[in-house]
Amino acid sequence: MDAAIEIKGLVTHYGDREVLKNISFSVPKGKTTVILGGSGCGKSTLLKHMIGLLKPTRGSIFIHGSDIAGMDDKMLDEMRKKMGVLFQGAALLNSMTLADNVALPMREHTKLEEATMQIMVRMKLELVGLSGFEDYFPSQLSGGMKKRAGIARAMALDPEFLFFDEPSAGLDPVTAAGLDELIRKLNKAFKMTIVVVTHELPSIYQISDYIVMLDYGEVLFTGTLDELKASDNERIKMFLERRPEQQIYSPEDYFKIIAGD
Amino acid sequence: MPSAGENFFGLIGRKGHSFRMNLNFASRLVNDTFYWSFISPFKGKAIRVRASISEMVKVGYNSVPIVAVISLFVGIILALQAAYQLKKVGALIYVADLVGVSLTRELAPILTAIIVAGRSGSAFAAEIGSMKAAEEVDALVTMGINPIRFLVVPKLIALMIMLPALTLFADFIGILGGFLLSVTELGIHPYNYFQQTVSALVMTDVVTGLVKALAFSIVITIVGAYEGFKVEGGAEEVGRRTTASVVASIFLVIVFDLFFTTLFYFFS
Repeated sequence: MDAAIEIKGLVTHYGDREVLKNISFSVPKGKTTVILGGSGCGKSTLLKHMIGLLKPTRGSIFIHGSDIAGMDDKMLDEMRKKMGVLFQGAALLNSMTLADNVALPMREHTKLEEATMQIMVRMKLELVGLSGFEDYFPSQLSGGMKKRAGIARAMALDPEFLFFDEPSAGLDPVTAAGLDELIRKLNKAFKMTIVVVTHELPSIYQISDYIVMLDYGEVLFTGTLDELKASDNERIKMFLERRPEQQIYSPEDYFKIIAGD
Repeated sequence: MPSAGENFFGLIGRKGHSFRMNLNFASRLVNDTFYWSFISPFKGKAIRVRASISEMVKVGYNSVPIVAVISLFVGIILALQAAYQLKKVGALIYVADLVGVSLTRELAPILTAIIVAGRSGSAFAAEIGSMKAAEEVDALVTMGINPIRFLVVPKLIALMIMLPALTLFADFIGILGGFLLSVTELGIHPYNYFQQTVSALVMTDVVTGLVKALAFSIVITIVGAYEGFKVEGGAEEVGRRTTASVVASIFLVIVFDLFFTTLFYFFS
């Protein structure tokens, strides 16, 4: 396996609480890797580390062999030009039209002529199925369209890596499936390395080449979808079969909880 | 169970730590804002001119009506209050001096700053805060765009130009207000009032007012940006931070006013 991103011994804290506990895994190049896990398992935090928004307490994140955990802002900005990120709420700039949103990274980082940029913007919007919406503002679009526009912006500089934070969150099943198909298409057409953070089972079945499962801040599983399904780990089974977590208290424990001490 | 003493020192430690972190954040914000405004343009990273102009329209042009009305009224009020006292000693003509000097040195800069803090400082905090809550600031960072250069610098440039301009405008309108009242109600001859104002005002009066306005513009921008970037949660916190930014910037404007007034008093 050719690793594009390698994470070694990542430990991170929010205040005193240890969120990620010594995480190590690698993301294969040119594949779609899904990071999954229940709410609060640290998967969004992990993503924020991979795109350099947060610095870990300990550990390294190697992208193309260089450790982004130890980089200064200038080097990190260079690295970020190779990454595209789709945030949970798409995070389009509300004061700008879609065309300006998509053109923004090009305006900031390239010296392309305005006409060239306009053509590229139209190409990117066509790619995500939003041609004709250039002059719309984000507030005039539906949730699914915003996410598509967010993908167009993430693709603006033709990145090597695409990161998705919960792409299907808050979308109806049909729109979510459309988005999954788009992710699949981008991976096939551009051979990009894609990392998706999600907990949606249908998405996982549709898009994943490789799966990393987190549980309480630790890596529970890495492997392919078939390996995940075949696993007999109780926590994985619970997740795949959508079984609720059972909290069984002894009468003494329950008394302690309600007595508050 | 920690003892009362441990709790007490723990509290001091936590408060002290969070104060130190806030101070650190504020100083980094000031540092970065000045770097991206005045140093990086000479290193090839230009200021966003169009965004700055659109901010100028928002903070400057759109404040003109309210600044005009308030300074006109304050000019009239000043003239009335001065006349009440000066009439007793038969020195009614000195209304012109009082109105002119107190407006240009003090009232025009501070009133304009308070209006702008209420209108634009709060808008800065709300805009940056809601962008922070919607992960838009994070999105800028991941696109390799510095949020301070992108968001704060155009606002700073706009305010540094427009606040002194508005102050100058308030000077004129306020003096006009005093003039109108004096020539109608107090029966001072228009030419005499004009002459008296011109002889009473020296250039320093106007310039000190503009220096203050420049300082206030920096205070208002930095406070608005600070409160905006501090937003961690959702809409409720944006509202809280917006209110906090108005209170803090009005407070700091008055603190800086005291500082500059003292400075000018002893060095002129």
